Amino acid sequence: MTARLSDAAIAHLRELVTTPARGTEPRYEITAHIGEGGMGTVYLARDRELDRDVALKVLRDPVPDDDDRARILREARILASLEHPGIVPVHDVGTLPDGRLFYVMKHVRGERFDEFARAERSRAELLRAFLQVCDAVAFAHAAGVIHRDLKPQNVMLGAFGEVLVLDWGVAKASGASLADQDESSRNAEAAGTPGYMAPEQLQGVADERADVYGLGGVLFFLLTQQHPATASATGDPWADNLVPGPLRAICDRARASDPSARYPSVGALAGDVASYLDALPVAAYREGLVERIRRVVVRHQTAILLVLAYLVVRVALLIFARP
Amino acid sequence: MSFPSTHLSLVRRVRSGDAETRARAQDALAAVYWAPIYAHVRLSHHQEPADAEDLTQGFFVDALRRDLFARYDPGRARFRTFVRRCVDSYVANALQAEQRLKRGGGAAFVPIDVADVETRLTGEVEATDPDALFHREWVRSVLVSAIAKLHERYEASGRAVHLALFESYDMVASNDERPTYAELASRHDIPTTQVTNWLAATRRDFRAIVLETLRDLSGSEEEFRDEARALLGTTT
Repeated sequence: MTARLSDAAIAHLRELVTTPARGTEPRYEITAHIGEGGMGTVYLARDRELDRDVALKVLRDPVPDDDDRARILREARILASLEHPGIVPVHDVGTLPDGRLFYVMKHVRGERFDEFARAERSRAELLRAFLQVCDAVAFAHAAGVIHRDLKPQNVMLGAFGEVLVLDWGVAKASGASLADQDESSRNAEAAGTPGYMAPEQLQGVADERADVYGLGGVLFFLLTQQHPATASATGDPWADNLVPGPLRAICDRARASDPSARYPSVGALAGDVASYLDALPVAAYREGLVERIRRVVVRHQTAILLVLAYLVVRVALLIFARP
Repeated sequence: MSFPSTHLSLVRRVRSGDAETRARAQDALAAVYWAPIYAHVRLSHHQEPADAEDLTQGFFVDALRRDLFARYDPGRARFRTFVRRCVDSYVANALQAEQRLKRGGGAAFVPIDVADVETRLTGEVEATDPDALFHREWVRSVLVSAIAKLHERYEASGRAVHLALFESYDMVASNDERPTYAELASRHDIPTTQVTNWLAATRRDFRAIVLETLRDLSGSEEEFRDEARALLGTTT
């Protein structure tokens, strides 16, 4: 038989053997392709039993071996162990009829952080969302989990202001309860994304400060709309933009090549960003007298305006109410 | 799905000591590889259709004469990379010596459907990316080969309606022509649920056959997994 197939037919057949077929999984019906994660493809699916949309992540490798299976199961278990509003919850795990493992998680409707940041947003709005990301990552650290691939593409902002950290595929679990799962994560030690991945990850080392570096990259992107690797390659990454000194200093400290020069924890990084938002002194930045005065004025602007208004009224009364 | 130690892939069978086994494996490899080779010669080596066909035939004749595929070392490169390098070398020599008529000599070693490939090459003056062109045609050849095997097996087991459903739904030329499951059910006088189930079963078998074909075209478990990722990996 000589089959003459159109390009559309070839594309459909390739999709057919790649995408889990409709109707083959009794509970979840795949309805659309959402995107690609570190090691899996994420599909929109309908949970027939609970009658709701879910996100179903399937191992991308078409012929997975035991290591691959262990890795996706580990990711699902890590996620399941992290119950936090900023971390996408896992509902279920299973195996497709073709042998590929999948896990089911909440379907997050919203925008990716990079898309969100590209729209016209105030700096304060972006920084407040960033602080929510820090909260989720700090929670994971407290549970002994290091994300290791933090970047704007792995953060989703929901329609109601919720911020979720996604793609824990290369996360490292060091907590006692997850110790048995840590073996397969060693292979992914050097995994990450250039520009957001801490230099020590290339040597197979990653603690909380690796995520501080990743968050520094996210902050850099939010402030400059540029990929950190591209900006660094072109010389001074802060050239030609109007980012205030304290924020530059926070970003530079978070992204220091030497882990010991970074913030020791995500909480410390978040604290500095919150201080900036509240017009308080930032630990990473030594301000000059003029900057200090300006900051104090900004912080107490309401009180200062009231005092000024009072003084103006008093002066006016002195001038115009003179007998 | 591991590489079965008892199964000898085509790539391994072309190195068999038994001449008949070797010849059958060479035929099977040629059936998958002629189209990518033809397209590669046409665009990467800038040959007219007739010359490209002649060079493609000539390559297979030469490969058979010199037992070229038997020289493949799985430890050094993918089989398809090896084939493409051999083609490049053959074409360069043939063109230099201007002996392609003598080498190919009009010998029809492989049944080549030039017109089919030519329709796809229309408008492409040269291969801007020879790797991508070769890969594209190779993917197509693997899928076509898998469809042929599916036909063979389903016809032998009397599952003509399964095949008809698969062709009508999954092999249509454009997405606009795709019928609904209800239309297919009415056409074959079966319940819609049966269309769903039979299509799902046929697709599962098709996927398994595609993997089987890839395994046949690979020299090692590692190469098989790489090829599976290349073909069945992300398509979007």
